[in-house]
Amino acid sequence: MDLLSNLSIGFEAAFTMQNLIYCLIGCLLGTLIGVLPGLGPVATIAMLLPATYALPPIAALIMLAGIYYGSQYGGSTTAILLNIPGETSSVVTAIDGYQMARQGRGGVALFAAGVGSFFAGCVGILILAAFSAPLAEIAYKFGPAEYFSLMVLGLIGAVVLASGSLIKAIGMIILGLLMGTIGTDVNSGLARYTFDIPELSDGIGFVAVAMGLFGFAEIMTNLEKKGSEETFLNKVTTLIPSWIDIKRMSSSILRGTMVGSILGILPGGGAALASFGSYSIEKKISKYSHEFGKGAIEGVAGPEAANNAASQTSFIPLLTLGIPPNAVMALMLGAMTIHNIQPGPQVMVSDPSLFWGLIVSMWIGNIILILLNLPLIGIWVKLLKVPYRFMYPAILVFCCIGVYTVNNAIFDVYLTAGFGIIGYIFYKLGCEPAPLLLGFVLGPMMEEYFRRAMLFSRGDFTTFLTRPISLGLLIAAALLLVIVALPAVKKSREEVFVEE
Amino acid sequence: MGTTAQMGPGYFPFWLGALLSLIGLILTFSSISKKTNAEKIPKFDVKIVLWITGSILLYAVLLPTLGFIFAIFVLVFVSSSVSHEFGWKGTLVNATVLVIFTYLAFVVGLSLTFPLWPIFIH
Repeated sequence: MDLLSNLSIGFEAAFTMQNLIYCLIGCLLGTLIGVLPGLGPVATIAMLLPATYALPPIAALIMLAGIYYGSQYGGSTTAILLNIPGETSSVVTAIDGYQMARQGRGGVALFAAGVGSFFAGCVGILILAAFSAPLAEIAYKFGPAEYFSLMVLGLIGAVVLASGSLIKAIGMIILGLLMGTIGTDVNSGLARYTFDIPELSDGIGFVAVAMGLFGFAEIMTNLEKKGSEETFLNKVTTLIPSWIDIKRMSSSILRGTMVGSILGILPGGGAALASFGSYSIEKKISKYSHEFGKGAIEGVAGPEAANNAASQTSFIPLLTLGIPPNAVMALMLGAMTIHNIQPGPQVMVSDPSLFWGLIVSMWIGNIILILLNLPLIGIWVKLLKVPYRFMYPAILVFCCIGVYTVNNAIFDVYLTAGFGIIGYIFYKLGCEPAPLLLGFVLGPMMEEYFRRAMLFSRGDFTTFLTRPISLGLLIAAALLLVIVALPAVKKSREEVFVEE
Repeated sequence: MGTTAQMGPGYFPFWLGALLSLIGLILTFSSISKKTNAEKIPKFDVKIVLWITGSILLYAVLLPTLGFIFAIFVLVFVSSSVSHEFGWKGTLVNATVLVIFTYLAFVVGLSLTFPLWPIFIH
């Protein structure tokens, strides 16, 4: 069994004292930011990326991954107990979870969320382990034309699944791609868009863009929402669900896991989309659909399973193809490049202990999370009482220190401040920053593959259509666009995102 | 620019720019067409943006000259003052805790190099 021997490599790599500790730190940090509203995984990972410089690559990736899936666990806790979703992916959990808590069934809701997340996480990891090797095989057959088409599909997917205006999202992607071309052109050595500023000759720092657009802009928009929030904490009584609860939640967990696993792999997908998708499915097919919104356990178990499954499977495109399906994975790609790892199919071969170690660490992380989460609920809830006026300066401090340490360059701090303002304007105008970040990360790769494909075909554009895999990918991309443009889908798509 | 088979550095950015202008045109026309409902541009809170961005810029200016510890104090104080719940005492405690924590985490723990104190002390 190949898989077993691979997993044993992974266990060996993940079960070192150092990696276990970083896995624990990542999970704790993830839970923490999951609990805190107004601080998402994208901003946190961008903030901590520079701090992972000093670590060995595997420890850094284990910790950053832990932050992502840890935040999925943490987000549900406060959604259920306080009706404060810590993450967008737990917005739907709050609907029924909080109602359950008010009925004195908060413990059962937490149990359903925890068990659902754990089960889905394990399945997601198994899928990741089982499918990455064959997928990487396919990826080896990819030429530049295939890679280019794959990126087109990825970017289109990001547009389709983004909320708000389609055309604006496409514009954001192109702007991101353009920003990616800033700096010295690798082929000719000529400077592009640098305006004779020497600091720009290496391009704009990826951390500066992410931190400004997500971190700083988030703070400014949060500060606008004045007024103190009254929080009402429900007592957690029993954690043990009744037999009927178990029966009702288990099929939801299974469905949620399936939905989440699929939506996680899709370009543009990810945890938030998975939980929305799962909630609407559960609501449609449940026998108890009249209970939804009034404390249906399916509405907690399904989405929580889905978002955790998605947060695991969204690693598949990154680790096997080197293409990030969402903004968090774009940051992970940045983390890998900082540590001189070129993501793609070759990672599995050239660095198996890193690849399988990361996968096994996710499984360990899931165990840590389910063991830690329930006993620590009291602490997390207390943390929520820290007022925002103390929190946001702290976030600013970490961002400012972090962005400086990437290159020890003050210029990057100025850049980040500028992107903060841009991010704020984008938010006001209803432009999503996530597609821009994806475009920015993929930009240089996309240009390179496009150039090579054109070089091989001597400038013949039909090369994208005559190669079967490339054609298939482009057809998939076109289909996605057509589907979203259909009036019926367009309407329901708008409805789904209104609930956000 | 170069040709399609032998692309120069300007090729890719040029077509991206063309695409982006096209999207800009579509957006402009669709927004002035009669079918669209008038959308209100939400109000910008200039004060918050200025104070937060200003605090970051101050940090950037002060870090190389006055050092890490001083720059962080300024950053925390300036950014906190924009909150409608601002208080001197709380901010002072917050700033002190943050300086000590970041010093321990980044300078001691991760051994990153910062200009710690103002240059004239050295």
